[in-house]
Amino acid sequence: MDQKELTALKNKATELRIRAVDMIWKAQSGHPGGSLSVADFMAACYFRYMNVDPKNPRWADRDRFVLSKGHVCPAQYAALAMKGFFPMEVLDTLRKEGSPLQGHPSMTKCPGIDISTGSLGQGFACAVGMALAAKLDGKDYRVFSAVGDGECNEGEIWEACGTAYKYKLDNLIVFVDWNNLQLDGTCEEIMPPVNLAKKFEAFGFEVYEIDGNDMAQICDAMDKALAAKNGLPKCIVGKTVKGKGVSYMENQCGWHGTAPNDEQYKQAMEELNALYIKEEA
Amino acid sequence: METKKIATRDGFGEAIVELGKENRDILVVDIDIGKSCKTQAFRKELPEQYLNVGIAEQNGAGVAAGLATCGKIPYVVTYAAFGSMRICEMIRQEIAYPKLNVKIACSHGGVTPANDGASHQAIEDMGILRTIPNMTVIMPADFYAAKALVKAAAYYDGPVYLRFTRDAVPVIYDENATFEIGKAKQLRDGKDVAILANGDTVRLALEAADLLAQKGIQARVLDVHTIKPLDIEAVNACINEIGRIVTVEDHNILNGLGSAVAEVIAEAGKGKMKRIGIQDQFGQSAPYERLLAMNGITAENIAAQAEALLH
Repeated sequence: MDQKELTALKNKATELRIRAVDMIWKAQSGHPGGSLSVADFMAACYFRYMNVDPKNPRWADRDRFVLSKGHVCPAQYAALAMKGFFPMEVLDTLRKEGSPLQGHPSMTKCPGIDISTGSLGQGFACAVGMALAAKLDGKDYRVFSAVGDGECNEGEIWEACGTAYKYKLDNLIVFVDWNNLQLDGTCEEIMPPVNLAKKFEAFGFEVYEIDGNDMAQICDAMDKALAAKNGLPKCIVGKTVKGKGVSYMENQCGWHGTAPNDEQYKQAMEELNALYIKEEA
Repeated sequence: METKKIATRDGFGEAIVELGKENRDILVVDIDIGKSCKTQAFRKELPEQYLNVGIAEQNGAGVAAGLATCGKIPYVVTYAAFGSMRICEMIRQEIAYPKLNVKIACSHGGVTPANDGASHQAIEDMGILRTIPNMTVIMPADFYAAKALVKAAAYYDGPVYLRFTRDAVPVIYDENATFEIGKAKQLRDGKDVAILANGDTVRLALEAADLLAQKGIQARVLDVHTIKPLDIEAVNACINEIGRIVTVEDHNILNGLGSAVAEVIAEAGKGKMKRIGIQDQFGQSAPYERLLAMNGITAENIAAQAEALLH
């Protein structure tokens, strides 16, 4: 990937952050912290790697995305709107009555959502099922999934790892959004993650440890993971910053599920807009 | 004449092989109790449609949901206690909420895993799943009903919970019997009392009707194999034409068939009823017939309760 493409991708991540914070502010409800930490991976998936058709969201051979940490769906909704799955104005309806953009993703209401999620620990097993379906049918679509570090407290995550390994799902890439904060406090405080990379490795995954907010590192890991048709499921353990890009939200547990007020919103927009990289002449 | 007895889990085992052969999207997702749930023939004959995810029910439910989004029709196979309660929220969130085409097929329904004791006896399952939107909840009465309803479920759009017996139960239908999901099957007509039963208690309802007939009391007997969607029309017909209903089930009297029928009666504002079922108590390791008797689930008690409604 050349510098120009990398810059464009970084700017997509910035736009995605802006739209996520904007919709949470308008809804006065939602989860900004995790939406911002996962934004770079989300942008990489939708704007570089995933083979999807916004005009035919249920296209059978599409790549799938499973947001197992469903509460950070503003990041995915922003990506879907930017991709053209639905008009940009729909983002303003987040969490409102009758909206396709439910507080947690609904596959029956929102185009582009491949499975309904929101109850932690469950989405990843569905992603495994999708990757398994591809193998059973001899198809070459891939399944991308994002899970939270806190979400890895859930036993079902590790059950699903077993199935991914057993059925040699090298068409599955899971990104662990290791921002080190969960709802009630730091991961160490609530349930020590020990070493998530080693854990996934022990479950048979090929693991890539990266800075999960560094687009170049994300793309490098994705390229390697997608190229390795070695029968092993892939895991990208991304060390991230919760609230990344908005100074007062960064590494603050309190911004897990709180909407910014008008003043905070203004500051967030200023800071996020400053992240745009101007294209070199 | 000696009645033939076969466990309804065997009906599932036969039907799933036939289904799998006619439709390659039919899958079995086993949870390491396939031998006990009768999927061995499927595993042997259709290995490419057979999955076993180990002792991990939650994951099994999630994997099945993911498979269903890709056009597969997975049957998650386990025991009723685990296939309802262990994975209750996975069924709710990942299967029922998106209305995915996943079938949960469970052996060891009610107190039929008699010797296994309370841990394996599922007396709450149908009631719990009945309260989840989009769910369909079924217990076939015998081997042939099981075969027919397992097949009907495959082509019924949306999640279905099917519950089978571990132990052998008398065969009351033949291979030509037809079943429609959501439609009660009338086995006998009568004007004095209606006995609504499902699963392994249907044969007790028929025996009770015989006992009543000896006293000149005519009982209508319905096999209400589907408790959700309930055949409200058939229940209302019993209320309007007879007005006296006894429900019988190998399930807690709370929230199962009896409760579903009571809801219709209460809203109708007329009709008398008596619920027979597990008396809101855990079981123990004991012979199957004894466990039923401890809860008053016998032909004699059904007949006595029916007769009492006449006075």
